[in-house]
Amino acid sequence: MDEPDTEPPLVVRDGRAGQGRGCGAAGGAGAGAAAQALTGSVAATGDGAPSSSRVFVVRRDQDIYIHTLRKLFNESHGIFMGLQRSEEELAGKSRKAQLVQVSKNYRSVIRACMEDMHQALGPAFLQVSILSAMELIWNLCEILFVEAATAGPLLLRLLDWVRLHVCDVDSMVREVLSSESPSKHKLFWNVVDVFVLQGRMDEARHLLSKEASANPASMNMYKILDDLMKKMPVPSLGNTQTLTELELKWQHWHEECQRYLQDGTFASNPHMESICKILLGDEDAILEKKELMTTWYHFLVTRLLYSHPTVKPMELRFYAQSSMDLFLGGESSPEPLDLILMAAFEFEMHQVIKECSIVLSNWWFVAHLTDLLDHCKLLQSHNLYFGSNMREFLLLEYASGLFSHHSLWQLGVDYFDHCPQFGRVYLELHIERVPLSTEQKALKVLRICEQRQMHEQVRSICKIMAMKALRNNRLGSALSWSIRAKDAAFATLISDRFLKDYCEKGCFSDLDLIDNLGPSMLLSDRLTFLGKYREFHRLYGEKRFAEAARLLLTLMTAHIAPCSFWMTLLTDALPLLEQKEVIFSAEQTYELMRCLEDLTAGNPDKQKFQDDDVETTKVEMLRLALARNLARVIVKEGTVEGS
Amino acid sequence: MEDVSAKFVSQKISRTRWRPLPAAALQPPDVFATGSWDNEDNRISIWSAGDLGNAGLNGEYHGEPHLLCDIQHNGDVMDMQFLDQERIVVASSTGTVTIFRHHQNNQTLSADHRWAKAHYHVDQDTSCGGAACTGVVCNNPEIVTVGEDGRINLFRADQKDAVRTIDNADSSTLHAVTFLRTTEILTVNSIGQLKIWDLRQQRNEPSQIFSLAGDRVPLHCVDRHPNQQHIVATGGQDGMLSIWDIRQGTMPVSLLNAHEAEMWEVHFHPSDPDHLFTCSEDGSLWHWDTSTNVSEKPSFLHQGGRSTAYLSHSTMNQSVVSAWLSNDPTKDRMEITNLIPNQTLSVNSLDVLGPCLVYGTDAEAIYVNRQLFA
Repeated sequence: MDEPDTEPPLVVRDGRAGQGRGCGAAGGAGAGAAAQALTGSVAATGDGAPSSSRVFVVRRDQDIYIHTLRKLFNESHGIFMGLQRSEEELAGKSRKAQLVQVSKNYRSVIRACMEDMHQALGPAFLQVSILSAMELIWNLCEILFVEAATAGPLLLRLLDWVRLHVCDVDSMVREVLSSESPSKHKLFWNVVDVFVLQGRMDEARHLLSKEASANPASMNMYKILDDLMKKMPVPSLGNTQTLTELELKWQHWHEECQRYLQDGTFASNPHMESICKILLGDEDAILEKKELMTTWYHFLVTRLLYSHPTVKPMELRFYAQSSMDLFLGGESSPEPLDLILMAAFEFEMHQVIKECSIVLSNWWFVAHLTDLLDHCKLLQSHNLYFGSNMREFLLLEYASGLFSHHSLWQLGVDYFDHCPQFGRVYLELHIERVPLSTEQKALKVLRICEQRQMHEQVRSICKIMAMKALRNNRLGSALSWSIRAKDAAFATLISDRFLKDYCEKGCFSDLDLIDNLGPSMLLSDRLTFLGKYREFHRLYGEKRFAEAARLLLTLMTAHIAPCSFWMTLLTDALPLLEQKEVIFSAEQTYELMRCLEDLTAGNPDKQKFQDDDVETTKVEMLRLALARNLARVIVKEGTVEGS
Repeated sequence: MEDVSAKFVSQKISRTRWRPLPAAALQPPDVFATGSWDNEDNRISIWSAGDLGNAGLNGEYHGEPHLLCDIQHNGDVMDMQFLDQERIVVASSTGTVTIFRHHQNNQTLSADHRWAKAHYHVDQDTSCGGAACTGVVCNNPEIVTVGEDGRINLFRADQKDAVRTIDNADSSTLHAVTFLRTTEILTVNSIGQLKIWDLRQQRNEPSQIFSLAGDRVPLHCVDRHPNQQHIVATGGQDGMLSIWDIRQGTMPVSLLNAHEAEMWEVHFHPSDPDHLFTCSEDGSLWHWDTSTNVSEKPSFLHQGGRSTAYLSHSTMNQSVVSAWLSNDPTKDRMEITNLIPNQTLSVNSLDVLGPCLVYGTDAEAIYVNRQLFA
């Protein structure tokens, strides 16, 4: 790679810098950079200057960088962890209730995020509508899969769902209700229709009463309609009536409505007539109110409310398909959201997940939804061809995406923990690539690795930090990192550094460290030697010569001193030998002499030795001192004690 | 706990600090500052802790913390302390120490003064030799900082250059610093040593060194008893809380096995020092209570608690001796409570003032508890 002529302007993030020209793509965990994009961009700058080059950091997962979405990730992480830890022993109803609660928690988090975004960025922002669609889908999945509502309550839940999510009409409703005489408002009947279509009977009746009081001529019609609406049988949540009872009652009521319509009771008021037709479940009448319903699933639920209130979950698919066809009427083709909802109505869970994965730009939604469904034991272990199941695959993808974020990587760790098959491997690979900018961050990463017994990663991180410290001349830090990793080799390296410094400068640097090594001294032989050697110096300084002498001898005979240091040790023995008082005993002196001989004999290159005057002088002096000491000590030891 | 308000703030919090109250103030603290870390764009933020206007039925304060102002900060916020009512000193991972001023009339923050390259590794002039500044402590107008480069700096708030610098004060990283007396400071480092430095003396050696016996476990935080200046508490990398009496011996008086991971902060309660608070990487925040009337309270009624540890302390005969130092295995017990019921990620920082506690976590949330001793 040739060097650029001028300094290339670098766009550097997280230290991923590149140099030179050409176009490489160093992929981070989620970067997935396309070389195509890079060449395209460079060409587009039109600089023309051949020596300018840039590095673009390509981010695949743009969503995770949006500030408000971070709350979503964090809060859902908390819910996810709670779900994983929740008790599996609860069976039956209580477990189901627990899972429904978890689902509601997820939804409330989505809603909270939506509101924050709405406030911060405005309703037109794309993310708000995406979040709203996500909540819609999740809510439906909760009704159909998690709660698995049965015929009866199913309809009530679907009604709630529609009321919550079809809010295009809300402003119109508010406008009419807050006006002085609602019945005179031009949109009055629209609002009544809305209430009827959504099954909000009480509110519809309330508005109609206003109309009736304003228009006494239609009092008769009003009373009948009001009566019909009041008597309409609806499924109840409790066990107060069985399905057959409901069906019977409903049949009666339906016939009554039919009679009134055929008698022409409402003939004079077309609005009321159309309401009656709606009550009878007349599809054409309902379809006329398309703009008020705005979506085909609203149409579906209205249809079900007024023609098949006891619909069973498995029958939904037929009604759904026909509703969509009737509503769209061949004018427009279904959008992705419609397809997803259709798949849900058909109870094709895998299809739902697949469609969502394709449409959404981020794995958050599918990962959490699949995990929840898996906890409901609804997904068969439908093994994908590379061995893990769908839940694990999605969680791995999501967590990998988190790891490409400079800050959210910590959440990803917990997700990997709960992927039994490949989670650990993924985590090992990802955690090594987290940039360690400060010691505190390195400590956190280390703690994560230690808790999961990832010894290799611990060693490699400690080595990186220790090398950094060593390069910055922070020997104490380097030592503390090698102690944490129990890395004897590195400790030896550090001790060698200290000893080298000592040989060069003649004194120890960082005495506070060496003096206070404590049990960590035992980590490596070299370190022990260093500690003991320093102790020797201290003993000498305190004039405890006998102990110092003993220590010195131990250092040499126990072979923990490196060979290169023996000369220095022997030289250190010189002043002890030269003392007025005899310190070394005969035995010790013999030992010393032996060491000296070992040292000089072991050197094959006598030439070098002889050329170096200092060395020869030293050896000669040592020999002389040893001999003198020996002489004195023999005499001393031979003398009878006490005289 | 109902009286804890939480807020997710989309940034990992590394430090939280209450703004100090003026001397004669009667009301509880209501403004705190937070610093973030590990972001491309770190921020110092000032918050108001809940809406004081909405007093609930029992006079409790509801409402979650809301942001007053914030400002961009270069590098991770490693440590932070209020210099006075308006100024806050912040230590950065780039080695810079900055004083920010909070303008209360228009609720903005501005950088008042900056000491760039307060901490550096090899050479002050090379562009990328910055070393993280890990601890800062102030005693208006003096500011002391320590860093990963083993350097101790003494600044004065109004002076451009450092008043004094002790280079290579330590061969390992200095993790935290606190004032022992007005002229003496305490530092802890990553080889498990607690050192006292006398700033009046010109020599660059500590006046005393204390260390743990056994493994040289790095110490991360230190705090001094507010009234009895010889009692010092430190927290270590293995989650151990050590209490030292610096008048005697070089070893700690008691070692309390606390957390399962690094202890990031330890604080004595400033006005009620029988209470100690610690927070840790394992996600828990513990309240240590040695007040003598603990034996009156049946322990199983204590909310959110883990097991109460029966550590013996006697205070009966020696009322002046603090409960923290006693070695007599007789009377009262110390009550330890975990204040976080569902722990997930690390609690990086806590601060306590009056009846209020604020803490921040790696789960990007801040929590305020304004009824600590209810």
